[in-house]
Amino acid sequence: MSTASRFKARPSTNHFISLTIDGQSVLAKPGDSVAAAMLAYSGDAMRHTVKGSPRAAYCMMGVCFDCLVEVDGYPNTQACMVQVKEGMVIRRQQGLRKLKKEPTGGE
Amino acid sequence: MANEFDLIIVGAGPAGMSAAYTAAKNKAKVLLLDEQPYAGGQIFRNIESQVNGESIYGDEYETGKALINRLGTQGISLEFRASVWRIDEARNVLWSRDEVSHISTARHVLLTGGAQERPMLFPGWTLPGVMPVGAAQILMKSSGLLPRDAVLVGSGPLLYWVAVQLIRAGAPPKALVDTQTPAMYLKALKHLPQALPAMVTLLKGVRYLQEIRAAKIKRFSRSSDFAVTETDHNELCLSFKSKGFAQQITAPIILTHHGIIPATNLARSAGVKHEWNEQQQCIQPVVDGWGQTNISGLHIAGDSAGIGGAEVAQASGQLAALNILCLSSYISKLERDTASRKAFTKRRRAMSIRAFLDVAYTPLAELQLPSNETIVCRCEEVTAGEIRRSVEQGADGPRQVKTTVRAGMGPCQGRLCDPTVRTILASCQVPTSLPNARSPVKPVKLGELAALSNSTFHNHD
Repeated sequence: MSTASRFKARPSTNHFISLTIDGQSVLAKPGDSVAAAMLAYSGDAMRHTVKGSPRAAYCMMGVCFDCLVEVDGYPNTQACMVQVKEGMVIRRQQGLRKLKKEPTGGE
Repeated sequence: MANEFDLIIVGAGPAGMSAAYTAAKNKAKVLLLDEQPYAGGQIFRNIESQVNGESIYGDEYETGKALINRLGTQGISLEFRASVWRIDEARNVLWSRDEVSHISTARHVLLTGGAQERPMLFPGWTLPGVMPVGAAQILMKSSGLLPRDAVLVGSGPLLYWVAVQLIRAGAPPKALVDTQTPAMYLKALKHLPQALPAMVTLLKGVRYLQEIRAAKIKRFSRSSDFAVTETDHNELCLSFKSKGFAQQITAPIILTHHGIIPATNLARSAGVKHEWNEQQQCIQPVVDGWGQTNISGLHIAGDSAGIGGAEVAQASGQLAALNILCLSSYISKLERDTASRKAFTKRRRAMSIRAFLDVAYTPLAELQLPSNETIVCRCEEVTAGEIRRSVEQGADGPRQVKTTVRAGMGPCQGRLCDPTVRTILASCQVPTSLPNARSPVKPVKLGELAALSNSTFHNHD
């Protein structure tokens, strides 16, 4: 199930950044936050809470922590506070983050 | 490298930017920290890279550009994507970037962290597609994203300004669902004469309302009893009452606004005294006319010292900087007082409209006292009913509510639920003490804390 973006399509340009969201190739604009890129791509939830409720970015300014996603292996990343980079791998989070996915291991 | 700066400013919005410039112009060494990747704060966000900025930022576009350009002044060090998570008694400012923490120290610290939106609660406000209007504005400014057929709900200057921005950008809202009542305007009228010095701002507001009318946006007034549900097509259905009649609108996105409140977590965690502002229905720090707090060397200016808007923030930032320059012996008291006259006048003029606005757009009691099924704490998914039950069971303040039902224990640290918990407690006749805020006020990993070696820390006293 994929929901259309809740935002209007942006005029296309030659400058874009390609990344993946849950394995799907997505084009973002330079300067987009990860949250903006996700919202432009789809109207779906960006994560599900422990109780299974769908959530997406809410405040867009780092206050609410509702846009937590996995960015390049780092879970619990505030998607609204990170800018997109070429080749970025973004995953939506289901419930709490998994400790074993911690890329730096024995912190 | 203890006290390598004269002044550390936290937040590069209008207050922080004007303070940085004022201080550096008078030879002080300034460190300006901001969580975002660029300066501007929310109001002038991403202003530098806009092609036709005036259509997005309105009359304030030039002001914003000028403030940002002046950050090039010698003596200002800029650190972006820097999240400040602690300020201690010795004015050590601890900030984090890319999972590495740093300590910067100065004799004076000025907090200019701005404001956040007062959460607007109703059943379904946590669903994807429900956002505050400020969030939509951020997406418009920094990514050129325009909401599709948005329904705007609530009241207040920002709601109307965003409606106008969307109309101008070719993405007119589908409807404007206004919580305003004629009674609120009537009540505010008595504050109108004192708002005359801010005539320009008043007229701007009138022009916005005319622009919304001219665009023939469907408008509902005196609205209440909001609830949002998801439709089968993943759209959102907003049901509400307008003038007593039940209404429903379906839209992909619903943008809410219910006023803004000062961001106080960092100041509260640093021990700054706060008080309740009845007129603005929010907690704000106790500061004098220069922005000085009860803690020596700690100052607050701009919206985080009390909501006043960008013009007030700019003047307050300048005043705080002049006072700090005087305290640091860069300028004399006489120089401070002479240089500050204009800023005081400017601030008084800009503030004169507040009483009118605050009364005309008072937050609706119903929205601050949500129904039992409404989620209050988004992080921990705690409903208003659970909070009321904890009070029945003996919770006698915000602290006990927190430990009983976990409201405020999630990563946002109560930023979104503290105001509502307070109103619920007040409605249950429970004393509403100031909610605690403790550092780290932003999540920091244990490894990051450990990496701050003791030796680094103790060199700064």
